[in-house]
Amino acid sequence: MTAPIASGASALTALERANAAAVLNAFVTLASDAEVMAAVASAPQGPLHGVPVAVKDNIATTTLSTSCGSRILDGWVSPYEATAVTRLRAAGAVIIGKTNMDEFAMGSSTENSAFGPTLNPLDHARVPGGSSGGSAAAVAGGICRISFGSETGGSVRQPAAFCGIVGVKPTYGRVSRFGLVAFASSLDQIGVFGRSVDDAAQGLQIIAGHDARDATSVDTAVDDYRAQADRSLTGLVIGVPAEYFPASLDPRIRARCDDALEILRQLGAEIRPVSMPHTELAIPVYYILAPAEASSNLARFDGVRYGPREAADNLRDMYEQTRSVGFGREVTRRIILGTYVLSQGHYDAYYVKAMKVRAKIAEDFASVFASGVHVLFTPTTPTPAFGFGAKSDPLEMYLSDIFTATANLAGVPAMSQPIGLVDGLPVGGQLLAAHFREADMFRVAYALERALGSESLS
Amino acid sequence: MTAPDSLDVSHGFEMVVGLEVHVQLKTRSKAFCGCSADFGAPPNQNTCPICLALPGALPVLNARAVDLALRTALGLGFTINRHSVFARKNYFYPDLPKGYQISQHDRPIAEHGTLDIGLVVDGAARVIGITRAHMEEDAGKSIQDRFEGATAVDLNRSGVPLVEIVSEPDMRSPEEAGAYLRTLKQILLYLDISDCNMEEGSLRVDANVSARPIGQSTLGTKCEVKNMNSFSGVERALAAEFRRQCSVLRAGGTVHQQTLLWDGAKGEIRPARSKEGSSDYRYFPEPDLPPLQISDAQLEHARAAMPELPAARRARYSALQLSDYDVQELTADPATGPYFEAVLALHGDAKSAANWVNGEVRATLNESGLSWDAVAVSPARLAGLLDLVRDGVVSSSAAKKVYSLFEASSDSARAIAEREGLVQVRDDDALSRWVNEVLLEHPAEAARYLAGEKKLQGLLVGLVMKKSQGRADPKLVNQLLSSRAPG
Amino acid sequence: MAVSESDVLHVAVLARLALEQNRVPTLVRELNGILDHMAVLETVDVLAIRADEKTAMPRREDVVDPVALMRPLATFAPASRDGFVLVPRLSTHTQLGASEGDE
Repeated sequence: MTAPIASGASALTALERANAAAVLNAFVTLASDAEVMAAVASAPQGPLHGVPVAVKDNIATTTLSTSCGSRILDGWVSPYEATAVTRLRAAGAVIIGKTNMDEFAMGSSTENSAFGPTLNPLDHARVPGGSSGGSAAAVAGGICRISFGSETGGSVRQPAAFCGIVGVKPTYGRVSRFGLVAFASSLDQIGVFGRSVDDAAQGLQIIAGHDARDATSVDTAVDDYRAQADRSLTGLVIGVPAEYFPASLDPRIRARCDDALEILRQLGAEIRPVSMPHTELAIPVYYILAPAEASSNLARFDGVRYGPREAADNLRDMYEQTRSVGFGREVTRRIILGTYVLSQGHYDAYYVKAMKVRAKIAEDFASVFASGVHVLFTPTTPTPAFGFGAKSDPLEMYLSDIFTATANLAGVPAMSQPIGLVDGLPVGGQLLAAHFREADMFRVAYALERALGSESLS
Repeated sequence: MTAPDSLDVSHGFEMVVGLEVHVQLKTRSKAFCGCSADFGAPPNQNTCPICLALPGALPVLNARAVDLALRTALGLGFTINRHSVFARKNYFYPDLPKGYQISQHDRPIAEHGTLDIGLVVDGAARVIGITRAHMEEDAGKSIQDRFEGATAVDLNRSGVPLVEIVSEPDMRSPEEAGAYLRTLKQILLYLDISDCNMEEGSLRVDANVSARPIGQSTLGTKCEVKNMNSFSGVERALAAEFRRQCSVLRAGGTVHQQTLLWDGAKGEIRPARSKEGSSDYRYFPEPDLPPLQISDAQLEHARAAMPELPAARRARYSALQLSDYDVQELTADPATGPYFEAVLALHGDAKSAANWVNGEVRATLNESGLSWDAVAVSPARLAGLLDLVRDGVVSSSAAKKVYSLFEASSDSARAIAEREGLVQVRDDDALSRWVNEVLLEHPAEAARYLAGEKKLQGLLVGLVMKKSQGRADPKLVNQLLSSRAPG
Repeated sequence: MAVSESDVLHVAVLARLALEQNRVPTLVRELNGILDHMAVLETVDVLAIRADEKTAMPRREDVVDPVALMRPLATFAPASRDGFVLVPRLSTHTQLGASEGDE
């Protein structure tokens, strides 16, 4: 179908474009010309031979930084490599740089980076979404066609929607987390951005698969995602959960969704209303579990073995100074919140309860997919990209994950693709499938993208 | 802190003890990474991204550690939880790289074990309850006295697999605690799951001890005593802490829950760092590790691979008509038995095999520091020697001489006896000649003996032995002399 | 279950974070706002939930095969000597009587 997306020279071109688009602040670190040339020269003849890709700054690479958008890892170059990066290099891809992000992936706007915010390439006054805003901006800004981010509650799908590109969060366990700096281990997955559905499919195809170094990685066959490109939707059942279309939803976003569903119906899919009654509980559950795990995951940043250390004459002060100077406000807030919900007297009321409700949310998905629904369709976000500083109240920011956090909690695959514009800003439609059924999701996404043509692509 | 009238102060009080034993599992690699678990490497040499807790690293559980934990659980009669859960125990310490220890909390791999500690109190065997056994990883080492003004951290031990065995507060004296520990260690050595070396830290003991008036059923406030580096140290620490608590209670005071350190050199306990409020470890299920499932097949495999335990071996040896002493000695450690049994299989007489194994061979081992499988005297050579003694080929004193020459060569017992001229002469002609010569050389004694003075026989045998340079078979010489004397 | 300033300060000690004094009231307010949003969970009936016992943990063979460090610890540790990582002493801290790990 599509032609090869890169030639050997395109990696250097991508680097030039990245330098030219420095105003976006999409990258924390860019490779040098010499590094890119060397990487191109030694790239194996794999499916991504010579293809330039950008990688989020929380995925371990051994020559470029892995600073997670944080001062506490400023300048950190990992002495080992993430499995996903190893697989990308083995496929011939050339990593041109590490992309900006909300500190430790905590945020939905990429405003929480120690290295400054990233701009939305479509409107520099607006955020690109987050936390993988740099990776989204790199693709939306035309620097490269494929980039990699990470998801914990929507950190790929939400910026994909805000930037008018495709963003995929695979099933939990589909892509190795080895080398992905943990935010909330039970929710984190590496995800992919693409200019097109096919770009995203190609990227995921490379990094998907079992890894013995990640005990939560699942050893099950990887489907051929690109083989879904030309399949019809006849016989496919697309569920539309009412809970994702609340009365408060922007009617223009609802209209874009209705348009997309009508196209899908015309393409032969059966559109079926469904109910997922625990949807509204996703944000409370998410903002208990994710900070709880984060409070523990971020304990290793203690100034003992690596990273900057603040001078102090006793251990306690060294810990507190190093961590207080090293972590930004949002990370501090979430560590405090997470420590609180795990602490004595609160654990049962918050953590244990949230785990149980999480199971209820997963049951919603299990029963809707068991009922014959193949794929769910929803809006990705309740609003298009917002302006810088628009969500100063943390809770308000947290609510921008309202349609995306469910997939992370249930572990199911989900993706966002552009389905139109509102006020000139892209709107994302979200597809969700059963565990390890990414292929079903791609089948719908390819068909919808083809039908929408280029009109809705920014 | 020891009360001056230590004999008196505890009168009327009962000691209550529970023990927590950390056992380092005998694996080649660490619990969650591929680093060597060996003791004694240069500082931080056995470390990798995982046990250094570098950003992005993930744990993967060592299958062998699970096998060894299962074997421990089976050996101590535990109920196995077929579905157990790892949890994070969160606290900051420089030798805890992740800021949490991977352990088990709500759902350990094994619960409800028991241990018969071999003591009988008031006519009943003392059987101690064991609450649980759980898997966890070790921390690294913080060394305070190595460098001026700084703490030195070595993470070689970080991530080494442990099993923690937690007893019920069922022990009532230091002797019972000591018996519990010795019995437990013996079983763990038989199970071959750990070196159980307290000096190298592969076995560590923390004790919870409280005092209460005799007859009271509720427990007193307990204190935790740490830092004991021998079983006798545990016994002494318990006695000291019990006396301290009794004197507090006797004076009308209250025992405060605290952690204490035993100073073995001074023979006293002192408070550890104070705990302001209780520590809050914020346990929660380890999200990087799915639940641990033990399949039927794995359980069956573990059962089939169970080695013989001390009690079974003792019963088997008792059935060989060996003395209690011999049985205890032969079963004290797991390696003596196989050696003994190899000798027994070749030689056939359990008593003489036991005598030699518990006597000469053990003495050699103690001197050389060698293990049973490395000792120069193979079971086959020792059995050969015992055969020679049984068959009268060498005397018992000659046998000791042969034994002492084993190490110098690989010759068989018979070859050594022959080479050294230690084979007893049993040839009638030679013996008769020596007897005749002795009778001729000592006519007075000969006359008295031949006239019926039987008590002279011993003297004459001795003279024959001397003439034969010890080689005559004394039994046959006796027979020969008897045959000359009047019936 | 409202969060108080002392709760926040206690939790900050557990998390080894030194909070500026003027930050504490803001955090208290934010946390209470967030936790109010969590109150909806109390209304959910979760009696029927069973633990997921399907996924079993994979295990690795007991072989010495560490993930290689491309640069040794001493090149990235903030302070090291003779192979050891150095940290400030905890003695001062202990005298302050704050809680510390047990192990």
